[in-house]
Amino acid sequence: MLYEPLLFEISKPGRVGVALPDLDVPESPLPTEFLRTEEPNLPELSELDVARHFVRLSQKNYSVDSVFYPLGSCTMKYNPKVNEAAAAKPKFTATHPLQPEETVQGNLQLMFELQEMLKEISGFDGVSLQPAAGAHGEFSGVLTMRAYHLSRGDTKRTKMLIPDSAHGTNPASSAMSGFTVQEIPSDDRGNIDLDALKAACDDTVVGLMITNPNTLGMFEEHVEEVVKTVHDCGGLVYGDGANLNALMGIVRPGDLGFDVMHFNLHKTFSTPHGGGGPGSGPIGVSEALAPFMPGPIVAKDGEMYKLVTPEHSVGSVKAFYGNFGVMVRAYTYIRMMGADGLRAVSENAVLNANYMRVKLQDAYHVPFNRICMHEFVAEGDIIEGIHTMDIAKRLIDYGYHPPTVYFPLIVHEALMIEPTETESKETMDGFIDALHKIAEEAKTNPDLLHSAPHTTELGRLDEVQAARHPVLKYLG
Amino acid sequence: MKFIPNTEPERAEMLDAIGVKSVADLFEVVPESVRFPKLNLPEPLSEMEIMAELTAMSDRNADTFHYSAFIGAGAYNHFQPSIVGQMISRNEFYTAYTPYQPEVSQGTLQAIFEYQTMVSDLLAMDVVNASHYDGATALAEAAIMAYQVSRGKRKKVLVLPSVKPNYRKVMRTYTQGLPVEITGDENPNTDLAALTAMLDSDTACLVVQSPNFFGELEDLRGLADTVHAAGALLVVHTDPHALGLFTPPGEYGADIVTAEGHALGNSLNYGGPYLGIFATTQKLVRKMPGRVVGQTVDTNGKRGFVLTLSTREQHIRREKATSNICSNQGLNALAAAVYLATMGKHGMRRVAELSYHKAHYAAAEIDKLPGYQLLTTKPFFKEFVIQCPKPVAEINTALLAKNIIGGYDLSQRYPERANQMLVAVTEMNTRRQIDEFVAALKEVA
Repeated sequence: MLYEPLLFEISKPGRVGVALPDLDVPESPLPTEFLRTEEPNLPELSELDVARHFVRLSQKNYSVDSVFYPLGSCTMKYNPKVNEAAAAKPKFTATHPLQPEETVQGNLQLMFELQEMLKEISGFDGVSLQPAAGAHGEFSGVLTMRAYHLSRGDTKRTKMLIPDSAHGTNPASSAMSGFTVQEIPSDDRGNIDLDALKAACDDTVVGLMITNPNTLGMFEEHVEEVVKTVHDCGGLVYGDGANLNALMGIVRPGDLGFDVMHFNLHKTFSTPHGGGGPGSGPIGVSEALAPFMPGPIVAKDGEMYKLVTPEHSVGSVKAFYGNFGVMVRAYTYIRMMGADGLRAVSENAVLNANYMRVKLQDAYHVPFNRICMHEFVAEGDIIEGIHTMDIAKRLIDYGYHPPTVYFPLIVHEALMIEPTETESKETMDGFIDALHKIAEEAKTNPDLLHSAPHTTELGRLDEVQAARHPVLKYLG
Repeated sequence: MKFIPNTEPERAEMLDAIGVKSVADLFEVVPESVRFPKLNLPEPLSEMEIMAELTAMSDRNADTFHYSAFIGAGAYNHFQPSIVGQMISRNEFYTAYTPYQPEVSQGTLQAIFEYQTMVSDLLAMDVVNASHYDGATALAEAAIMAYQVSRGKRKKVLVLPSVKPNYRKVMRTYTQGLPVEITGDENPNTDLAALTAMLDSDTACLVVQSPNFFGELEDLRGLADTVHAAGALLVVHTDPHALGLFTPPGEYGADIVTAEGHALGNSLNYGGPYLGIFATTQKLVRKMPGRVVGQTVDTNGKRGFVLTLSTREQHIRREKATSNICSNQGLNALAAAVYLATMGKHGMRRVAELSYHKAHYAAAEIDKLPGYQLLTTKPFFKEFVIQCPKPVAEINTALLAKNIIGGYDLSQRYPERANQMLVAVTEMNTRRQIDEFVAALKEVA
């Protein structure tokens, strides 16, 4: 593959990439004291220069549409193209967020119906679509929990309980909300250690942030007791919905007694991940917490849809109403799947993950090896001197995006695999076969793994140098 | 089944390999009383049916292709070159995730590095991160960063009332659990001189927006010295399109700069997805929230790009991270990169000039109308305030009948500004549209 220079290295003074209209009104004097004296050093390129540059850059990426991408906890399922066509409709994209409500009834209807469908899927009483990503939903949910406690004069609660298998965003979102974090260990079956939980529960507990299924891919075996324990001490249960792809039509987190949960529309509901966003992270809450959600949200008043702010709302977590373009995609997906289709999604996601688990368990140690949900965690240090990173980089040579590595933190040398329901058996078999071959290579030719990848334009990158001497923009 | 490839025989084979009889057996761990709920969702639709439904739904909207729009207030109808949509629709970009594996993500990484470079040049700042959810959350995180830079010793965030009201609301939402006080904007008449007089040893930062919510350019000369003398940071929120013409915040000595960047190649999208721009100085980079891409070399010494300085971030530092942000607005930042590369330095200047002159033409024409008055007296960019002869909501309803989306009704957020309309004009508004708007305003007065 060709090396691609930076935009600034192909810039030619005087080249133009865009045709703008002539000025059709008289000029007005410019306020000289405010004028920029030096032009920004933006590149000067033709439109073809720009097109060729970005097409070539795109070709350097692995993506769901080019390769199997079993990145655990990220639910890299196929993104149906109808979603893109739906979200690109000019009558959605060319609407301004501050237009009068009567001129955006289509947008508001879609948002209202999405709120209703998410409530039904999750078993919650209220949904706010405003948060823009999973971590943003967590932060919104934790603020909502805080506001609920404070409204009851319950001011002592400052401690959030978080299992040691949790995503890093959980403790970070709690800290941003002003809470301290107490870590709860996992037991030897991958569940929350109930004794440790009971010991931690007291009248200073805000709540528990639980990911279920957790990041080991395990459904919490004592989930009802966990929820009861937290509720008994006056705490609330926050569900990290990153792993909802295992549960649609299987169980509703609201029915399990969860008080609040965020959805990742970009995982569960097939909206594309965009190279790191935009996502969308709506929250669902119980009836007691609904007055505290961030907003505005959409309400229906007769035949009219309107924006309303929940009575005791924590405020707004975004300038407007959330990532509307992502909502259009998720709405399209849910309407196409229906109830039976969503259940089939979760069933097949779980079936696929278990199939891969049993096919790999002999070559790669699976530390918590029981029926998993939509993902499972294996270990990459299959023999002395070989690490998870070696396995991951060698997979690239076989044409696969590596699984999530070194997470969750409680598994040494973790290799976290999530196939999703959109992958076929033969794709999974190909991947399983590659991992078996790599396990053989680890014995016969370990250097092949240590020096991988070999098929990419660049070898392993020096991340230490990047952090020690940061170069964060082109310096000429 | 749609989007699920495996056939019944394949599923049977897989169940056999697992050693269970049915798919239901995989879910025995789920409490039986709540297992397999019947979901009450609408019947599934085919692709042609859902597209027909969405066409009907979106037809209930008024859009800026069929209406001439004079509304801004934080979201702007700027021109989007066709190439932007084409490039960000490359499957290799939009169906990839966060570039955790750099060897197979150089496309995303290099593009974000180029985004960081171009935006930092536009703002005249050292460092730009890989994006936030929108301008409001970028600004809220700037306030939290200033508090963290003081190691929690300075708790006050001074904000001008001319900072976008919805942004100030987001700042308060973000900081409600922290010992941070957002203040200075309680009195709508507080100006920059009055705000700087409030600087004290408890002030973490001073926040100013230029062009401000009413479109005016704030005079930032000397401000950084005053703020720094008090031991605080200067945070400037700006409009990237203004910087094609006007002095960038970095030249005024800002420590943190934020902006809403959606109009750099992204549609209005009813408020999202947008692009939160966040910039700071080299000195403060290790306190910055969010992801950032850095340049490095591979094992053969060839240039490449990686996510870097991640020891600030939640996946490493957990509750001690500078922010909880994980997913950002990567594809929107990519759109901004394509946009800025296409516009180039001359295009950005030209768009700013077109917007400026058209806005000033519109302002002067409206000011001539009986019953209307231009209230903006300071230099402005593309937005200005007019006094109307009756409530703005009434005027806007009448304008809609003429296929015009009028300006923002300022009384919604500033009760003392009855009958005041905030009008936005960009390069998208032709002279004919402006003349029709002016004529319509006259008629509905």
